[in-house]
Amino acid sequence: MDELLEKLSIARGVAGHEGEVRTILREELAPYVEEISVDSIGNLIARKGKSDAAEQQRVMLAAHMDEVGGMVMRANSDGTVKFRNVGGLDPRILPGKQVTIGPKSVPGVIMRAPHAARSGRRVVPISDLLIDTGGAGGIEPGDMITFESGYEQYGKLLKGKAFDDRVGCYILAELLKSEFPCELVGVFTVQEEIGLRGAGVAAYTVQPDVAVALEGTVADDLPKQSDESPTTELGKGPSISVMDRSAHADRRLIRILTETASEHDIPWQIKQPGVGGTDVGTIHLARAGVPAVAVAVPCRYIHTPAALMDPEDVKNTLKLMDRALSGPLGRPLGAGWSEE
Amino acid sequence: MRALIEELCGVFGPSGQEERVREAIINQLDGLVDEIRTDRLGNLIAVKRPTAGEVTSRRIMLASHMDEIGIMVTHVDAQGFCRFTTIGGVVTNSLIGSRVHFANGVEGAFGLEGSPIARDRPTPQKLFLDVGADSREDARVQVGDSAVFRSSFGAVGDRLFSPNLDDRIGCAVLIQTLRELESSPHEILAVFTAQEEVGARGATTAGYGLEPEVILAIDVTATGDFPKATPMDVALGKGPAIKVMDRRMISHPKVRGWLESTAQEHDIPYQLEVLEFGSTDASAVQVSRSGVPAGAISIPCRYVHTPSQVADYNDACGAVRLLVNALSGEYPQ
Amino acid sequence: MNSDKKPQSSDCFSLLKELSETPGVSGREEQIRARISEYLAPLVDELHTDTLGNLTGLRRGHNSSGKRVMLAAHMDEIGLIVTRLEKGFLRFAPVGGVDLGALPAQEVTVHGRSDLPGLIASRPPHVLSMEEREKPFAQADLFIDVGLAPDKLADQVSVGDFISIRRSADGLGKGHATGKAFDNRLSVVVLLQALRILQGRSHGWDVVSVVSVQEEIGLRGAKTATFHLAPDVGIALDVTYAEQPGASPDEALPMGSGPAIGLGPNMHPVLRQLLVNTAEREEIPYTNEVLPGNSGTDAWAMQVSQSGVPTALISVPIRNMHTPAETVALKDIDRSARLLAGTICVLPEDLSALALDDQA
Repeated sequence: MDELLEKLSIARGVAGHEGEVRTILREELAPYVEEISVDSIGNLIARKGKSDAAEQQRVMLAAHMDEVGGMVMRANSDGTVKFRNVGGLDPRILPGKQVTIGPKSVPGVIMRAPHAARSGRRVVPISDLLIDTGGAGGIEPGDMITFESGYEQYGKLLKGKAFDDRVGCYILAELLKSEFPCELVGVFTVQEEIGLRGAGVAAYTVQPDVAVALEGTVADDLPKQSDESPTTELGKGPSISVMDRSAHADRRLIRILTETASEHDIPWQIKQPGVGGTDVGTIHLARAGVPAVAVAVPCRYIHTPAALMDPEDVKNTLKLMDRALSGPLGRPLGAGWSEE
Repeated sequence: MRALIEELCGVFGPSGQEERVREAIINQLDGLVDEIRTDRLGNLIAVKRPTAGEVTSRRIMLASHMDEIGIMVTHVDAQGFCRFTTIGGVVTNSLIGSRVHFANGVEGAFGLEGSPIARDRPTPQKLFLDVGADSREDARVQVGDSAVFRSSFGAVGDRLFSPNLDDRIGCAVLIQTLRELESSPHEILAVFTAQEEVGARGATTAGYGLEPEVILAIDVTATGDFPKATPMDVALGKGPAIKVMDRRMISHPKVRGWLESTAQEHDIPYQLEVLEFGSTDASAVQVSRSGVPAGAISIPCRYVHTPSQVADYNDACGAVRLLVNALSGEYPQ
Repeated sequence: MNSDKKPQSSDCFSLLKELSETPGVSGREEQIRARISEYLAPLVDELHTDTLGNLTGLRRGHNSSGKRVMLAAHMDEIGLIVTRLEKGFLRFAPVGGVDLGALPAQEVTVHGRSDLPGLIASRPPHVLSMEEREKPFAQADLFIDVGLAPDKLADQVSVGDFISIRRSADGLGKGHATGKAFDNRLSVVVLLQALRILQGRSHGWDVVSVVSVQEEIGLRGAKTATFHLAPDVGIALDVTYAEQPGASPDEALPMGSGPAIGLGPNMHPVLRQLLVNTAEREEIPYTNEVLPGNSGTDAWAMQVSQSGVPTALISVPIRNMHTPAETVALKDIDRSARLLAGTICVLPEDLSALALDDQA
């Protein structure tokens, strides 16, 4: 749908190796923001719109640059590579996948022995898997491993890797190109997938009044045996988290977002509570606390080489954030704790 | 204080939705403190300023949590049955046969897929909630709504029964302490915290914001006084427990010593607590900023995180006496 | 306990032995802290104990840039705590990640009113059924016997008293040593040796040595110490797994192969490179410890303190971790100290030298 989204999806960056994504974003945003910097852990922090108004609200938006992937533990002399996951990977989807290894972008495939298909009742743990590089060389312990997968159109959907959370990075970058009445601090965080590490550090520095994490999140709108939650559904608009494993969203912010969406005829959905976690987990606990919420684009098959999402959901998430920042999200939060 | 415990146990307040508990406590604090405010995560902070005197004044934070465990609706199916996730460490075995209620008064009963006499341990995935609806449209609850165990306060003699003694009994102890504490050389930061059951989140930010010099949590603890309990030397009715260690924290020796010597000096029966699972708000505040000496006073409570928690009123009274006497005097140099 | 010994030992083994044998279970570090203070005091300009009990020694740098490197080595060891007195015996719970399999028949010290020798007891196999004998011990099968009658025991010991492993540190083979709490007393030795090396060398940065507490129960001391000190750079010192049967060869390093330099997202890549360059320049053998996520050391807490701290990790490989029979190749202690001291001397004058480039 957009060249920037494609560039971000293709860029390689697991936790601790976000440099390539950071470069794309820094170059993209430099003309639009007043200040842009990188902190000691690698977060990219872009600031704009600060005024002298005493009551001006400081809004932090966070999207994480890192994707799930792997790390080389050992390169064997026979050209195979032992590895471990960096962030949550389902070992069942790994055998047979193409990967790219290290700064020299060495191609490889995750091996699966023929007999494994016959005795395949057991899930092979990641520690027992090997990557075959065909003896390419140029691989060092600690090198990152990313999935290899193209960015393309599937019907009306988009297919690519790392939509979690490059779609959040894309939306945040687009928002930073606009002007809002509030002070806007866009943080492209690092190391979300290994424990929400970058976001907490950034929130400590930024000291926002409120924060929103922009995410690509689980969609389970797939055929199933019983009437269960789809977690989120493609095409039904931005998903808003009430509670996940990392945080309870601020109830005032949920109200602001749902009311803004309704006012502007933007579809929205509540994400299945109790599933996953986001940078909100560390952001809302920074210093004396930060009211925060996560807004996400539903994506099928995240944490695999090929995720699918609906470009309409991307547009609607961007629109919801734009309208909210122009409206109540950009103004101080009232005491409005009382229930609906 | 008995009426106060009963009143607080009757208020709806799952983690993240503590509004009603906060209002109930604000009503109780009228005239007892110098300042009341609500912070950004919803903690209620009541400040009682020190009385000038000879003794060195300390900023002492006392934390009781307002929130209780519960469930949250994750899906309403076509027939109106709700699937749910737990809020905090709900003992899943205790769900079958128990009832919950929502903020809007809707009640729910838990059902188990398949045969009602199945002997498997129920996982949350196999349980559902019947909210008296015949269809999704008919259900008066939606995804994201929270419920708590239905209020059912009861008493037999001094034994109190309620699904949320954890930690409304601690909130009552803290309020009662403020009632009985005529003056203190210390600045008392009485904090009724939010979101303890999901990881002491409210205490984490309140601790940072308040920068106390000492933190004491007032919470419940498990006991070892029922058949085949995990060996633990805490029993109902033997007085408040002074925490030595739990899953996440080792109490500061000075804080523990202060509480022990106060109890001994005033002939307050007490027990020492080593808890192998669970923790309190104090563990979060202990590692706030540059570190805070931490301890906890625990009310022994059987069957925590089930709909039938049992505590002894006398232990709560002992906790109040211990707190009032400790806070009236000097904190050890 | 060598209490009358002058704290002047510079011999690596005897220092390790002394620190290893001094008790200091997480949360009750008084004895080990006092012992380490004696050694640390002459090597630093200021020495403090903070709120949680971390020992903090400041050694000023030779220029007044005010830049500060924090070194962290934890002083606490895993141990046990009394949960209940039962018919003259003690029931206990672990403090930290105790390996239950190494406890049966182990001697301990119960830190009651006074220190009491005791042992971890279990019922004899002779009276058990075959089925019972084939199961590993559960915590409920074990108790501690200190040889006192119930009433005497209650006078001496109460619930909440700490218990440490009782084990002498000894030499083993050629240049190895064995004992308890090498995790992480050997890193305290590394720290002390590095400070001794620095006495004879010029370093621009202030060096704050933090001998931290409560690492084994969640990096608690390092968390507050790092917040308090707000260092420009942090280097954690700890132990890691050495190769032995049963250890994953991907995650274990050869014994005696030199200090392991942490590699992964927990580590600042530029700072890490500084350590690698130092090792190569000073011809110190080293290995890489690949850490795809949580390093499980004080470095994990340091990195995300306040607005973030560039962090590195130096680990010494040991066998039998978290048992009373940890073993180490002593030469790795000296090598780690040289690596640490050498790196401190080349910390850049300008912090912009540590800026992340976009390759990282």
